[in-house]
Amino acid sequence: MSIPISNAGLPLEGIRAVCVTGIWAGPYANQLLADWGCEVIQVESIQRRQLHTRGYFLRHPKGKNVMKEAGAPWPWGYPDGEPGERPWNRGSEFNTINRNKLGMTVDLTKPKGMEILHRLVALSDLFMENNTPSTMDKLGITYEWLKEAKPDIIMIRMPAFGLSGPYRNFKTFGSGLEATIGFTHLRGYTDLDKSVSSTAVAHCDATAGTNAALAALMALHYRRRTGKGQLIELAQIEGFIPQLGEAIMDYTMNGRDQDSLGNRDLHGAAPCGNYRCKGKDRWVSITVRGDREWDAFCRALGYPEWTKDEKFATAPSRYKNQDELDRHVEDWTRKHDHYAVMFMLQKEEVAAAPLTDTADIYADPHVRESGVLQEVTHPEAGTHTYAGIGWTQKKTPNSIRRYAYCLGEDNEYVYKELLKISDEEYAELEREGHIGKDFAPHVGP
Amino acid sequence: MEQVLSNVKVLDLTWYIAGPYCTKLLADYGADVIKVERPDTGDPARKMGPFLNDEPHPEKSGLFLHLNTNKRGITLNLKSETGNKIFKDLVKEADILVESFSPRVMPSLGLSYETLEEINPKLVMTSISNFGQQGPYRDFKASELIFQGFGGYMYLVGTADREPLKKAGNVIQYQLGSTAAVATMVAFYGAQQKGSGDHVDVNGVREEITCIDGKRTMMTAYQYTGHVYGRAKSSSPGIRLCKDGYVFIVGFGSVTAGLFFPALARMLELTPEQKEELSKPGVMNDPVKQGEFDEEIMTPWLLKHTMKEIVEKAQAYGVMSTPYNTPGGLLKDPHFRERNYWEEIDHPVAGKLTYPGAPIKMGIGGWQMRRPAPLLGQHNEEVYGDLGYDKEDLVQLRQSGII
Repeated sequence: MSIPISNAGLPLEGIRAVCVTGIWAGPYANQLLADWGCEVIQVESIQRRQLHTRGYFLRHPKGKNVMKEAGAPWPWGYPDGEPGERPWNRGSEFNTINRNKLGMTVDLTKPKGMEILHRLVALSDLFMENNTPSTMDKLGITYEWLKEAKPDIIMIRMPAFGLSGPYRNFKTFGSGLEATIGFTHLRGYTDLDKSVSSTAVAHCDATAGTNAALAALMALHYRRRTGKGQLIELAQIEGFIPQLGEAIMDYTMNGRDQDSLGNRDLHGAAPCGNYRCKGKDRWVSITVRGDREWDAFCRALGYPEWTKDEKFATAPSRYKNQDELDRHVEDWTRKHDHYAVMFMLQKEEVAAAPLTDTADIYADPHVRESGVLQEVTHPEAGTHTYAGIGWTQKKTPNSIRRYAYCLGEDNEYVYKELLKISDEEYAELEREGHIGKDFAPHVGP
Repeated sequence: MEQVLSNVKVLDLTWYIAGPYCTKLLADYGADVIKVERPDTGDPARKMGPFLNDEPHPEKSGLFLHLNTNKRGITLNLKSETGNKIFKDLVKEADILVESFSPRVMPSLGLSYETLEEINPKLVMTSISNFGQQGPYRDFKASELIFQGFGGYMYLVGTADREPLKKAGNVIQYQLGSTAAVATMVAFYGAQQKGSGDHVDVNGVREEITCIDGKRTMMTAYQYTGHVYGRAKSSSPGIRLCKDGYVFIVGFGSVTAGLFFPALARMLELTPEQKEELSKPGVMNDPVKQGEFDEEIMTPWLLKHTMKEIVEKAQAYGVMSTPYNTPGGLLKDPHFRERNYWEEIDHPVAGKLTYPGAPIKMGIGGWQMRRPAPLLGQHNEEVYGDLGYDKEDLVQLRQSGII
């Protein structure tokens, strides 16, 4: 049996990571590693589901799509709206983030399952998990236990709030973390109450993902130099706090508690905002910083009368009179297509770009030429174009080398090739509910 | 004390936010980062607020102080012939070079990757830009708002009747820096293995298209269903009014409310009749019915309890709920105090201030505050001294505007 994914020539070739990760943050972290050649083995169980990871609903009555009937929003779309026989292999959310990885199943609540995990850890360099600490406590997965199998293992734990402190075992999604950190407070329509001023966004999955990948790489570098592994604690929320540096420093320096600025600039650029364009729900973002860009902006518009108004003569006065300025700008943008505004303003070196919807981003000539979009054929979801590799390296061509793994897709490779388990034992593990490609009948809905 | 990146030498030609955040991450974990600034004005972030006591001063920008911890700072005019030569001498000693100029600048200075690779074949060069080193928009200007709108998620945030809404602050520029740090370390790990360097192209637009968020999953959903999504009719930040302010809680009003319902029902102490009514098929997927129950049951309950009570009770019942903070509230929050998250740093001009602490806690060789952000040109003597320039040379270089 050959290795399922070729990592030849990639920077992280030869590194193996065992991951008990779910939803977005953990899988994004190990996607970054898998993209660049690390053999990532994601551990799942067919005996239970984790909310969100493989979709909200695993079971759909024949011919029905529960999410669609519930008016479900975007992240849970199935190809052609059909959940199919195995909805867990067809969800847009899971299939976005799990390419280039291997998938295995094992039931960690059984001693046999833990023994298998231990044997796999012995063959690995990294162990990564993003669970509530109490979940790992219950399973008995600790750094000490991993070290017994592999003395130089690097363990990366990425709980939401950390391994200590009063919020240690709080369960939450990213949107909840963002409320605690002040991020939710700092955004939203400025004229509305906080309870209705914005929609939930999940930025901290991205921050936790890159922080965890960075931690893995730094620890790998250190291990190569010293031979030492280590335990890494990444409290997702603490990794996000530095990204709010301006607001934190304003408070610690000046005692000022910042509030939302809506779409306005933190550093005084004006005009700065999203302006309505010609067409249905079409918008352009514009940011004008300082006098030089303001002159260029006026030139692009052909110096209409209002641009000569005293109120807009200096950067501070433009910032102060922004409401009025916005109305003038929007009177102009409304007459033009969102892309046309970008080209007119960028020609004069003014920062402007359309707000893209998903159709725009697939059609954009620059995005297409960049090679970031890549067509992938998935055995159960079909052929589609996905967002590809996050950056390029001149001497290291890279691409999505395999579709997002189906549930239990690489069981044979992991159990038979890596762990040298016999066909007889493999069959027994199947009977015992460790190995499978379908969730057990009791798991649902 | 030794840190994980203690032996790594980084030459830092980045200004503003994204690049400096990338090199801060490396510096805070031990890399020797030499930050190169313009002789006269330095990194433009020195002119960006917030300022200590709101007093604009190049050594009192909170943004600059935060983003440049643990770096050594030198000044150098890359456009001068001597400055250019000195820079190439520094490149010889470096493992990593990070730069964030617009794509035409480095080649125009005679410092393209091809040139630098000849000087130092093991060099990893990371270029951070707006739209990438190639392509029709490579020279386009960008901003925080543009990253969020063009590459990112903004079109979908906010409500259908209003303008799309930005995420707070400059988070995408920070996230671009964070991604650049990962990319740099990937390339560096490979370069150490292979013995030859690489040129990394990280840019804000590509980062936003590929980082995990609603936009990226929605791109897949669009491919799967052909449906182009817009902003929701009403807002749903999960923020609710309570007795003493706000709290975050998952509740009625979302399509997945049904999944949280049993725990929510226990927490709200619903009567058997109410439970039965709410458990009827379809009810939990009906926004009107959900709205009614929210108004009649959940809202009054929330208004009767404080944030702390709600969070504790909800978590005990398995309902997702977390404290709501302002930035000032975050600084006072007991969780982070108990974990010793905040770091006090003393700076020769700005004085003692509290800064964000370690984003990652490592068992060995982790985050350390070795020095505050550099004053403009603070380490000229030290760094140029190592290259063999004596005090007289430096006087001359200063007089001719090179440093």
